[in-house]
Amino acid sequence: MLRNHAGKLAATTAVSAMLMAVAACGGDSGSGGTDTASQGATAASSAPAAADAAKVGLAYDIGGRGDQSFNDAAAAGLEKAKAELKLGETKELEAGAGETGAQKEERLRLLAQSGYNPVIAVGFAYSEAIKKVAAEFPEVKFAIIDDAAQGPNISNLVFAENEGSFLVGAAAALKTKKDHIGFVGGVQVPLIKKFEAGYVRGAQSVKPDIKVDVKYLTQPPDFAGFNDPAKGKTAAQGMYDAGADIVYQAAGGSGGGVFEAAKDAKAWAIGVDSDQALTADASVRSVILTSMLKKVDVAVFDFLKSYVDGTVKAGPTTYDLKAGGVDFSTTGGQVDDIKNKLDEYKQKIIDGEIKVPSE
Amino acid sequence: MSSSFTDRLLGRVRLSGLLALAAPILAIVFAGVVTSIILLLNGNDPLATFGLLLDFSTKPRVQVIILNSATTYYISALAVAIGFRMNLFNIGVDGQYRLAALIAAAVGGAITLPGPLHVGVTMLVAVLIGGLWASIAAVLKTARGVSEVISTIMLNAIATGLGAWLLTPGRLAILNGNNVGTKPIGPSGQFPGIALIPGTPVKVFGMIIVAALLGVAYSVVLNRTRFGFDLRATGRSESAAVASGVNVKKMVLYTMILSGAVAGLVGMPQLLGASYSYSLDFPAGLGFTGIAIALMGRNNPIGIALGALLWSFLDNSNDILDFNGIPKEIVVIMQGTIVLSVIVAYELVHRYRAVAEQRRVSRQLSAGAGTPAQEVAA
Repeated sequence: MLRNHAGKLAATTAVSAMLMAVAACGGDSGSGGTDTASQGATAASSAPAAADAAKVGLAYDIGGRGDQSFNDAAAAGLEKAKAELKLGETKELEAGAGETGAQKEERLRLLAQSGYNPVIAVGFAYSEAIKKVAAEFPEVKFAIIDDAAQGPNISNLVFAENEGSFLVGAAAALKTKKDHIGFVGGVQVPLIKKFEAGYVRGAQSVKPDIKVDVKYLTQPPDFAGFNDPAKGKTAAQGMYDAGADIVYQAAGGSGGGVFEAAKDAKAWAIGVDSDQALTADASVRSVILTSMLKKVDVAVFDFLKSYVDGTVKAGPTTYDLKAGGVDFSTTGGQVDDIKNKLDEYKQKIIDGEIKVPSE
Repeated sequence: MSSSFTDRLLGRVRLSGLLALAAPILAIVFAGVVTSIILLLNGNDPLATFGLLLDFSTKPRVQVIILNSATTYYISALAVAIGFRMNLFNIGVDGQYRLAALIAAAVGGAITLPGPLHVGVTMLVAVLIGGLWASIAAVLKTARGVSEVISTIMLNAIATGLGAWLLTPGRLAILNGNNVGTKPIGPSGQFPGIALIPGTPVKVFGMIIVAALLGVAYSVVLNRTRFGFDLRATGRSESAAVASGVNVKKMVLYTMILSGAVAGLVGMPQLLGASYSYSLDFPAGLGFTGIAIALMGRNNPIGIALGALLWSFLDNSNDILDFNGIPKEIVVIMQGTIVLSVIVAYELVHRYRAVAEQRRVSRQLSAGAGTPAQEVAA
């Protein structure tokens, strides 16, 4: 055993020696205390930045750009701001699988201390992290999407997903010929349950006896349900086979599978977050009845604009029907015949006549 | 050569002298070369990339996070290694620790006791739940002969479902915005941190001491006790163990439960040292990280510690790559390459040794017909 220990010891000494040598960094990694890394980072990143233009930092949760959904919507808001506002450099970082709160904190801190201001955290997973980091950098403006973390320099961009989902639920109930519709949720988390609650209530307001199949693809901590089109397809297929003729998906990247199943079954599907009759794969756009718009891009753009204008306000900004933060889409003209009815419901929700449950 | 590939893979066959040094060096060189090639193909400078990683890890705050993650990884790898030493592949560490952490968090949040007792009760619950969950696979194996690889993977899925069911408002959890988690554990149930690294207010998890003690216990139990001897003997050859009077079924049961009990502690550093609540964003997948690190550390407590540190270093310093426009996924490639390199390098060195040994023996045989061949020492 002793010999083995010595072997292991030698092994790691070799490991570190090797890494040092490769990195040609003089072997002073043990000294600690100095802040060389952050200096390096600042030097590297500040070079091309304009003098006083806002340097925007964006931290995604798992998935990052390319999920065709939530994260991409945030990215779209950033892109729009880049094009229309006078922004300096932007930096986007993304979370890895299985990481801890400390790692999320470090990501926000890295952005803040490297001169990125404002810093936007995408997703509720940053809740605890942003509270701590925002307290350390009082002069930096932070924003978090989908979370109510409080702080004097934290803006909360939250959405009334249940209200938007109510409208597409009503649309589904008005359009169904079999009085049987479905809902496919990506992961069974409170956020997605809000979509379900609004959808079911909306459908029931039109047809109290309507049958709504509900299926979640995965349960936490397995977040694969947001990025598994095959699972989405299977779930939706099951609903169409069972007699549903319209399925609403709130499943991020898995939604593509739901659209495919709708196409195979010659039935309808309802998109989510973006106007998916424009953003989904071209071959399935024709099956999209409407989409529940959650305008994360607008929220990100508004926040950046307020920063540039110097009018950032801390605390929650709720993007609901009234504020135009959620809505239903009319692309493709499939809901033109019922648009008036949907607008009536919309007005009732805005006026407070209809209260939409969130769970 | 009398040892099997599995024996060599799991570090049961030792190398001595220069060869013991050759294997890890070979592994590192190989991993370094492969990663450099990938970086070059991607248009990045390998030296600059390694430099960025190392530079970033010199920040005191990052060092604390590296130690903290490594503590968790270490416990996870130890849990896996206990099974490995007996040819038991506990793929279920992931489910075991998640379920244990969830229930321990709920218990810890519901009670209030004097400091050490509160922490102790929470940890005890975690150990019990971890062991209990693993015992299902153990019983299935001993009573019905179900492969523990299959049963533990399926139990992971069941643990996910059970956990999701328990983690809903009205059962073990409370709603907190869009997050849902157990009631936070009060100050008396929190494991105090240690101000180990100067230059930062962030503290190292106190659980690092528990992890170190676990490593010592692992070494002592395996190498200095009757149980450890039986365990290693069963791992090397089940039939030989039976012949020498070892009750293999009992050993399977005990080892699996022990592995699960240690797995129960995997979530404790994070739960008792940082989050104080089990919620949707509690780290998942650590059981699989543990498998990789146990293989990398060749089931040796010190090897695992070094593996855990290296893994944690790569996990925690990769944001700086993203920051500088280098895809952070390169780190995942590095981790995979290192594990494979370690396995390949040790196998190559073992084979080299076997061939050299055979040559030596045949030389001796041909030189003096009377000289008896030396036994190949295992």
